[in-house]
Amino acid sequence: MPGRGWELIRRVQAEPLVFDGGYGTMLFAAGLVDGACPELWNDTRPDIVRGIHRAYFEAGSDFVETNTFGGTRLKLDAYKLGDRTRELNEKGVRLAREVCPPGGYVAGSIGPTSHIVEPYGDVTEAELFENFREQAEALAEGGVDLFAVETMMYPEEALAAIRACKAVTDLPVMTTMFFQYEELHDRDRTMWGESPPEVAQKLLAGGADVVGMNCGRGPDRAIVIIREMRAVTPVALIAYPNAGLPITRGGRVTYELGPEEMVRDYPGLLDAGANIVGACCGSTPEHIRRIAEVVRARRGR
Amino acid sequence: MSDNDFPYPLMARALILGDRETVGRMTREGLDQGLDPKAIIFKGLIPGMDVVGEKFRRNEYYVPQVLLSARAMYAGLDLLKPLITASATSGYLGTVVIGTAQGDLHDIGKNLVAMMLEGAGFKVFNLGRDVAPETFVQAVREHHATIVGISALMTTTMPAMKRTIDALAAAGFRDRVRVMVGGAPVTQAFADEIGADGYAKDSTLAVVKAKELAGAAAPARP
Ligand code: B1M
Repeated sequence: MPGRGWELIRRVQAEPLVFDGGYGTMLFAAGLVDGACPELWNDTRPDIVRGIHRAYFEAGSDFVETNTFGGTRLKLDAYKLGDRTRELNEKGVRLAREVCPPGGYVAGSIGPTSHIVEPYGDVTEAELFENFREQAEALAEGGVDLFAVETMMYPEEALAAIRACKAVTDLPVMTTMFFQYEELHDRDRTMWGESPPEVAQKLLAGGADVVGMNCGRGPDRAIVIIREMRAVTPVALIAYPNAGLPITRGGRVTYELGPEEMVRDYPGLLDAGANIVGACCGSTPEHIRRIAEVVRARRGR
Repeated sequence: MSDNDFPYPLMARALILGDRETVGRMTREGLDQGLDPKAIIFKGLIPGMDVVGEKFRRNEYYVPQVLLSARAMYAGLDLLKPLITASATSGYLGTVVIGTAQGDLHDIGKNLVAMMLEGAGFKVFNLGRDVAPETFVQAVREHHATIVGISALMTTTMPAMKRTIDALAAAGFRDRVRVMVGGAPVTQAFADEIGADGYAKDSTLAVVKAKELAGAAAPARP
């Protein structure tokens, strides 16, 4: 039964929830090649995409996201698939819905367009909005419970996505941004220079219902970012960092942290104020299984 | 006014502040006074861009500031470029095809390198970002390039640089072109590992390296 996002938002006030892990990692392992469109697999390899969702639910995810991260027309155009925007998003939702257990939820993933807004870049805010509106509408029609606007690099783009989601439905919107760690200053900032508290305040003012961080570095930085956000807001916070930094060896990319190492920081992440935790690039269902153990232990308290 | 009196530092400062009107105006003034276009690039624009790069590394500048400065640089470069190619008596230093590795959408640094190479007297074909290995091969064939420049900004797209070099070899171009790689995560060691001919840490060094490689490359066919 779709459209239950507000129930999730109520639940998260009472207990921490588990989101899912990486998709890129899993799709590449299943044979997606560089230069191919991941969202096309919602049509051509539904078994694989569905299998990833199922694996995350079985590992303990309370909700998963759709395989639609690059599902804006601007992104799909790069593969000459812009005309299939609606179809690929709707199909993506269906695959997650098909394996969603009772009590589970599906979040519609909306990632950045990789274009920069004027005057610095080549798209207008109206174009961004229109791209996100089209995607959000398809995701809503497919039957998501809420939206995961994620990995946003700069606030204008995130805000355009939030506005678009709210323009097409009244479902809740989670919004997370990408922070980079500045070694020189031992601090985390977006690529546009905002601090975690500034981000939280901007996104909430823009209408987001849950805010936080994803991607970036590992859970060690997530702890700091969430703590700083928690200092300025009582709303639900989410963190799904990468399994550490990527390592390139002999033409292959792996990530620093295995499930064992990664999960060590999760009690700290919950203590810092995260209400929803998951993982991003480089993580697998095994990472999520370990993270879910930590979260379940907390719920029992 | 002679070259020594021209207020290059003011021009660099305008560029650092992203003031493209001033950069454009001063470029025109310099040209009116008979300055060498290359001197304007190397004494005005590039020192300014070097400071921008340094501020970015120190996290004093973020992406918007870098982009505004790059635009200011273009304001000067667009006026200067046609003059450089026209004044080149000995022809181009070489023909470069340059692009960002497949899967990588970062092109700010690559565009700076492309601009500087043009400024230095290379003929440059900028293939854009997310460039497939086959597209590089096709461009080398079409433009009789002597140098291939590949940029990557993510550890996850560095393997695509190797695939591009492999594709050039498979197409039989490996002896004819020199491959230069660069981008923040790329190192000399990585360049050696994948069999590139050169690596440059920043755009200034990229010009130095390209000149070196041009000397070593087989002459471009007409
Ligand atoms: C051929 O020979 C040569 C020789 C020298 C060469 C050369 C070639 N190419 C470059 N050089 C050298 O000369 C230049 C001038 O001196 C230098 O070029 P640089 O490019 O190094 O320097 C430029 C002048 C300025 N630097 C830059 O322009 C890069 C800046 C940062 C902030 C950055 C930006 C701007 C962007 N990003 Co992205 N981005 C980051 C960067 C973080 C950082 N602080 O560096 C980085 C590169 N990004 C990252 C990521 C992860 C991502 N980004 C993404 C998107 C973007 C934007 C679109 C928002 C934007 C790019 C806009 C554009 N049109 O280029 C996404 C990927 C999109 C994709 N598929 O490529 C996304 C995946 C985020 C997301 N979740 O969507 C990280 C990569 C991590 C990794 N795996 O290695 C990242 C390091 C941030 C971080 N701290 O984690 C030298 O390296």
